[in-house]
Amino acid sequence: MTAAARRAALPLVVLALVLAGWEAVVRGFEIPGYLVPAPSAVLAAFFRGFAEANYLGHAAITAFQAVAGFLAGSALGIAIGVWVVVFPTAERIVYPYVVALQTVPKVAVAPLIIVWFGFGIESKIVIVALVSLFPVLVNVIAGLKSVDQDRLDLMSALSASRWQVLRYLRLPNALPFVFAGLNTAIVFSVIGAIVGEFVGANRGVGFLIMQAHYALDIAGAFALFVVLSIMGVALHWSLQWVERRVVFWAKAEEHFRG
Amino acid sequence: MPEGLPAGLAALSIRGLGMVFERGAASVEALAAVDLEVADREFVAIVGPSGCGKSTLLKLVAGLRRPTRGEIALYGRPVRGPRSDVGIVFQSPVLLPWRTVLDNVLLPADVLRLPRAEYRDRAAALLELVGLAGFERHYPQELSGGMQQRAAIARALVHDAPLLLMDEPFGALDAMTREQMNLELQRIWAAQRKTVMFITHSIPEAVFLADRVVVMSARPGRVLEVIDNPMPRLRTLDDTLKPEFGELVRRVRLLLGGHGVAL
Repeated sequence: MTAAARRAALPLVVLALVLAGWEAVVRGFEIPGYLVPAPSAVLAAFFRGFAEANYLGHAAITAFQAVAGFLAGSALGIAIGVWVVVFPTAERIVYPYVVALQTVPKVAVAPLIIVWFGFGIESKIVIVALVSLFPVLVNVIAGLKSVDQDRLDLMSALSASRWQVLRYLRLPNALPFVFAGLNTAIVFSVIGAIVGEFVGANRGVGFLIMQAHYALDIAGAFALFVVLSIMGVALHWSLQWVERRVVFWAKAEEHFRG
Repeated sequence: MPEGLPAGLAALSIRGLGMVFERGAASVEALAAVDLEVADREFVAIVGPSGCGKSTLLKLVAGLRRPTRGEIALYGRPVRGPRSDVGIVFQSPVLLPWRTVLDNVLLPADVLRLPRAEYRDRAAALLELVGLAGFERHYPQELSGGMQQRAAIARALVHDAPLLLMDEPFGALDAMTREQMNLELQRIWAAQRKTVMFITHSIPEAVFLADRVVVMSARPGRVLEVIDNPMPRLRTLDDTLKPEFGELVRRVRLLLGGHGVAL
């Protein structure tokens, strides 16, 4: 077994041990399923969900809301960030309000957004966009501003215009920062979609979780948590894949943020 | 530009140049009344103790900073800001990691909106001149420090500016690589017929490369003396072992107060 394979196998071995211990405790102490379900019961609920309760369809809706909102929020965050750095007056006027807006918990605003944008996927996309925007915006501003003086001198020596400095230096320089923000935002985006579905929806993984709780189907709720974490990891890895190709010059940062 | 120069007109003319940095209530005088003339196609090296304002002088000539007093003229025209008839090599290579070596060399062409197709060939030829043929598609972080600095030199040459400003470009390199780079720079200078203002900490490097060595005082910097090196081109590393070379190095060292101590 190679060193890399051993590194990859270790967490799986630990997981198997934890699950085995969990199963033994639940069975040994006869803990009722509506308090803590056994892993075997969760696994059964997981496969039953996909076979009978259309988990895949609901997961696809939640994932679509998360990704669409993430893309919209990130694009808006990047646009506002560039605008604010290019026009410092805009930063002085707009930025305090953006920060003030950020301090309002999105969960508190979610019901209002449902009222405004309806019960369907539009309201969830708006909620996700709102939670994704801020981490991207903050990092875009930081990235555009943290440019080496040497590199700025290089551009000045060539009489580069403000737009040329932005295009040839500040924007590419900001990309590693942008991806740091995107990595946070992608995690937030799933949270945002679930919050939106909790507040008002008739489809999606969040909706299913609420239903499972009402029915005291705790094994089903656990199975849906597994669905969510698979979705989260898949989104995170997809983003990392894009990051490695776009920001190929920066050292890949593998750790989870948020 | 150099071809059209009236006889006797200096490539670079510095008169009464002074620079004072305001740091809160305190002010630091970096340069006090520097006078210097550099002829077209001349190689001038500037040596001086740390903090004597050598780098400040170069930034002023490049138009990156405004002097407190005095005048700088390039090819008869006063310097009011950055100009495209100057190429600069900084202390560190300052290559952009998201551009290939070739695209880094082409950066001045992009910024100055010169035709890329035409300058591509020129950039490739310059990369060959600095010994980087075959590395066009590589990224800077795949190159050694010496190779990165070669790429930076090619970039400074790409828009064919007649004046090359070099700010301790080989300071970060090991001694062997540095000797090699000195030989290469002399070759490039001879091939491209540029006027060079070269700032360095190393006295032997200054003497080896320059037609004239400008010795500066400690802060506030001014010109102590200008020493000619008449040794014929192209110089070889063996020339550094000749008594006349040693004598020039000794004179510069005495001016800097080194009294024969190796620097």
